[in-house]
Amino acid sequence: MSDHVPTDPPAGPHGHPAPPFAITLEVGSSLANQTGAWRTERPEYVRRLPPCSDACPAGEDVQRWLYEAESGGEGYERAWRSLVRENPFPAVMGRICYHPCESACNRCELDEAVGINSVERFLGDEAIARGWELPAPPAATGRRVLVVGAGPCGLSAAYHLALRGHHVTVRDSAQQAGGMMRYGIPAYRLPREVLDAEIQRILALGIELRCGEPVADLRHELREGGYDASLLAVGAHVSRNIEIPGGTAAHVIDAVTMLRGVASGEQPQLGRQVIVYGGGDTALDAARSARRLTGVNPVIIYRRTRERMPAHPEEVVQAEEEGIEFRWLSTIAAARDGHLRVERMRLDDDGIPQPTGEYEELDADSVILALGQSADLSPLAGLDGVRVSDGVVEVDERMMTGHAGVFAGGDMTPGERMAAVAIGHGRRAARHVDGWLRGIATSEPPRERVIGYDELNTWYYADAPKTVRPLLEDVRRQSTFEEVVHGLDEGSALYEARRCLSCGNCFSCDNCYGVCPDNAVLKPGPPGEPYAIDLDYCKGCGICVSECPCGAIEMVPEEI
Amino acid sequence: MSSAPFYQTGTFAVGNRLLGPGEASVQSDPGRSNAITKGHRACQGCGEALGARCALDAALAATGGRVIAANATGCLEVFSTPFPESSWRLPWIHSLFGNAPAVATGIAAALRAQGRTDVRVVGQGGDGGTLDIGLGCLSGMFERGDDVLYICYDNEAYMNTGVQRSAATPPAARTATTEPVGGHPGNAFGQGKNLPLIAMAHEIPYVATATVAELRDLEHKVTRAMDFRGPRYIHVLVPCPLGWGSEPAKTIEIARLAKETGLFPVFEAEEGCVVASSPIRRLRPVEDYLRLQRRYAHLFGDDGRPDVIARLQRLANRNIERFGLLAQAGEDSGGDGRRDLLETLAASERGPQ
Repeated sequence: MSDHVPTDPPAGPHGHPAPPFAITLEVGSSLANQTGAWRTERPEYVRRLPPCSDACPAGEDVQRWLYEAESGGEGYERAWRSLVRENPFPAVMGRICYHPCESACNRCELDEAVGINSVERFLGDEAIARGWELPAPPAATGRRVLVVGAGPCGLSAAYHLALRGHHVTVRDSAQQAGGMMRYGIPAYRLPREVLDAEIQRILALGIELRCGEPVADLRHELREGGYDASLLAVGAHVSRNIEIPGGTAAHVIDAVTMLRGVASGEQPQLGRQVIVYGGGDTALDAARSARRLTGVNPVIIYRRTRERMPAHPEEVVQAEEEGIEFRWLSTIAAARDGHLRVERMRLDDDGIPQPTGEYEELDADSVILALGQSADLSPLAGLDGVRVSDGVVEVDERMMTGHAGVFAGGDMTPGERMAAVAIGHGRRAARHVDGWLRGIATSEPPRERVIGYDELNTWYYADAPKTVRPLLEDVRRQSTFEEVVHGLDEGSALYEARRCLSCGNCFSCDNCYGVCPDNAVLKPGPPGEPYAIDLDYCKGCGICVSECPCGAIEMVPEEI
Repeated sequence: MSSAPFYQTGTFAVGNRLLGPGEASVQSDPGRSNAITKGHRACQGCGEALGARCALDAALAATGGRVIAANATGCLEVFSTPFPESSWRLPWIHSLFGNAPAVATGIAAALRAQGRTDVRVVGQGGDGGTLDIGLGCLSGMFERGDDVLYICYDNEAYMNTGVQRSAATPPAARTATTEPVGGHPGNAFGQGKNLPLIAMAHEIPYVATATVAELRDLEHKVTRAMDFRGPRYIHVLVPCPLGWGSEPAKTIEIARLAKETGLFPVFEAEEGCVVASSPIRRLRPVEDYLRLQRRYAHLFGDDGRPDVIARLQRLANRNIERFGLLAQAGEDSGGDGRRDLLETLAASERGPQ
């Protein structure tokens, strides 16, 4: 530190220091007066859980990788490496994730949420463009794990297990890996070359992938294959159907089958006018795909209101922009040649749709049912202890089913059905599978307290509204499967990363160092290293706490 | 305020890890001078200790460490130099309460006689030593054109002697000599001096105001002042937890509110003309500022004086208009919300008189 006790003046007669010229009193420094004794509370640096990281279903520490990205340049690779510690699919999730992180972002209350998802995509695309590779696995443990299902959960688990040195075999019934990322999500949302690149990078860790080989009897496979543990992640690919009176006369197809067909390069026979029945994201994917295939605006029929639709609002807006029509509060009563009889509904006091007895007729060459999916749990037959309720497999805190050594995750287990959740399941399951293989008791780590907006001092954050990602023009969106949402350029991604408020974690803004009236905040290291409090002189005024922009310092009572 | 690229906190924090050495502020520099070192006896949360360190560190950085300081009597002198200790890490002299500008003049004259142009002189004092006791010496220093930067650290009363009123004590504030009694509680309206305007009337090269809420701004002004020769004056608002009855931790927040309410206009003037003012980013009613200080406690509660608060709001509104403190729409922050607030403030003025 630059503060120091002045050097002794030159020695005078009799060995006493000589006073400086023209000063009769010996001068001393106030450093002799250790004002830390005045203090009743001391400031301490803390680390809090930012709401983005708290909200991420994939378990990403969002703020940690944004922090690296803020440097730009070489920081992008550090950010990507930090990101893939949890999630090996940044380019995919930067496109298809519904980003709960942004909904939770404290910056929402200041201006707009940080565009976390666009930065994630930028980093993912940079990694593909520059050929960044995942870390090499450690020495092999000799343990073998069977992962059933090459979707987001299975591949995420395979990745994390490979990084722990285990041999992983991934089996899937489809011809290519990716699960719903490939066979459910249309190419205009997720280009296949992006998906392929990220899957290949994971497989390159030495994971054995066997496509087109469904697992019919898990108990048999485990015994025959000599596996030490297994993870089931077969997803939920079976469409729920309903009977439509007269429906046999009309062309009725389920959304999962239709989307899978499109993804496999088939041309489904839809006719001209398509009706989609349902209100989830799958319904929107089906309708938007149909628009591109038929050239005619499909109609989505949903029995409740727009507000109660489970689909994500931004998807609804994009669908409307592409010309998709919506019939809220409507159900299909019957189908007849080329026509649908649709009944109007009304919400009762409990918000449940009730029939009104009013009908209208709609043209319909085909009806796509998007009424939810269920999991095919037949491979589990014959395994003792596995419990199923509401069509999904019950798992404990470690993601283990009732059968020892058999874990499960993704859409076939309870929880919200989205890719980020599945990736999170895969990561968690891998950790517990690893613990189980090593005979170590594992539990979910305790979580820090989440820091709220009120704990920030937002004065210090300059106003900076969010950068909007450019969209493909409407005309091309209505006829092609080109990607609709474009990425941010480097400058915009950097700007977006720097909008992060760093809630609850020091980001080296030097405010504490600058505002201390007693010079009692120390900078022991280079920028980015933690500060320290000089408790010999800190009077405990608390200005550093009040003026910390991100709430990363708190006052703690001294023992008296 | 100096501009920095947009790094998370824009230009409002003291520093940023991503800034290069040339862009970083003096106060964020681990090698800053610390003109006042640790162990000084200023109260917890002292605004003056912070303001003086920041101002002098900037002066030292701007001159390559060649600054001599002449100090008036006051808190700053008392808390930094109890015998036998000194907190000063630059050549520093204290003579009398009212003669700091004259001492500084003498140092400048001595340097001129020696032909030394590299060493610069700073005179400094509190509001009592500057506005009341030393005003004659200061006015003379301005008039003669002496090459001195004079910095007043204004905490709005005589604090170390027990919080007596000075010419900088604002209207309605309670001090030991302006008790909250009678029909006009606290300090009187219509008295006191506005020294930045008095300095401007001398048509000296540079006058500026600042607060400890924006250290980069204060640094910028001290650095700018060093570009000029001749008399210069900087007036820094430094909240005093002891005299204002505020929490030590809120010193900077209160300074910020002084600016954001318009009660303390932050501006720069050259040759007698205002050349720049710091716009209010988040306009707030004066009540938000007053409530944090016990010296205004008599204005609130059951026997409160909304009429007095409304008068103070009028003073703030006048500053906002006079110094152009509201940025144009579309600039940083504000928007419609600010217009609504302005209307609310105008309505509050029409309240009980």
